[in-house]
Amino acid sequence: MEITFRDLMTVLHGMGFGALFMLAFSGAIAEFYRMTAGGPVMAAPSNDQSMLRTYLIAMVVLAWLTVFSGAYVVYPWYRAPVPSGADLAAYPKYLLQSSPTTSGWHSLGMEWKEHVAWIAPIAMTMVAYVYGKYGVQLGKFASLRKAVFVFALAAFVATGAAGAFGAFLNKYAPVRGGANIHLMNGE
Amino acid sequence: MAIQTSAGSALQAGKRATSDLQSAAVELRTGPGAAALTAAGIGCATLGLLALLGDAFPAISHVLNVYKPTGALSGVSSGAIVVWLASWFVLNRRWRDADVDIGRTSIVAFVLIGIGFAFTFPPIMDLIQGK
Repeated sequence: MEITFRDLMTVLHGMGFGALFMLAFSGAIAEFYRMTAGGPVMAAPSNDQSMLRTYLIAMVVLAWLTVFSGAYVVYPWYRAPVPSGADLAAYPKYLLQSSPTTSGWHSLGMEWKEHVAWIAPIAMTMVAYVYGKYGVQLGKFASLRKAVFVFALAAFVATGAAGAFGAFLNKYAPVRGGANIHLMNGE
Repeated sequence: MAIQTSAGSALQAGKRATSDLQSAAVELRTGPGAAALTAAGIGCATLGLLALLGDAFPAISHVLNVYKPTGALSGVSSGAIVVWLASWFVLNRRWRDADVDIGRTSIVAFVLIGIGFAFTFPPIMDLIQGK
């Protein structure tokens, strides 16, 4: 069983960082809502507050790792120019553009994904900062709490769009190449 | 008896925590939150604006190409991050001890993040450029 280096980095970008970040949203949104809803939960134990702070910071780190690994590691392989006579299979962008049945995956999918994804780390950094600054007292600033919640949802939407297109793009034109990494022997 | 004592202690602790929160809330201002919120909106709008400009004008796309393997995306993302952090720094200095109207600030921030989404969406980019 082997995997190419570029495949491995793409998996790390999409599944290791991106999917983990995406998965973390459900917990973050639910806990953020619970901790800042006001009422009796205002006296939430400090352990819970520290836990949510740490959780949000981990999400911020994952979000930035996802966009930087995507833009500066995987994307250059995706858009690398094709030498004359080369097999298009190794050049995903040009492989997609070579047929009208797949070109939309680049012109809509990648063109949107590469930009919209950056909204997520910017928004989540703000969310983590505001929670770190105000903690459960956000319950007393209802408008601020609602605005932060909307930005967390916006980050979720941006991540969903980028992640979904990333999965489809990797299906129709996977980023492959580089050294083969031997994982284990087959039967 | 032991249960009553325990319940009493928990009640006292709850009251203390609520009292601490109330006094701390009096000290906290909305300014730092408003600055972070508005700056995030500015960063997202800048992202959209730079993406649109890079798509519309080859000369701007060339300027945004600060790291050749990544192309114009490198300048779009770096530019958005710089503008976001700079605006956050400036707004935080101005609002850190102030109480800012979060309702109005939120509307501005929502419009700005909406611009970020819209201007990065290729069909809208094409529509604006008349393609």
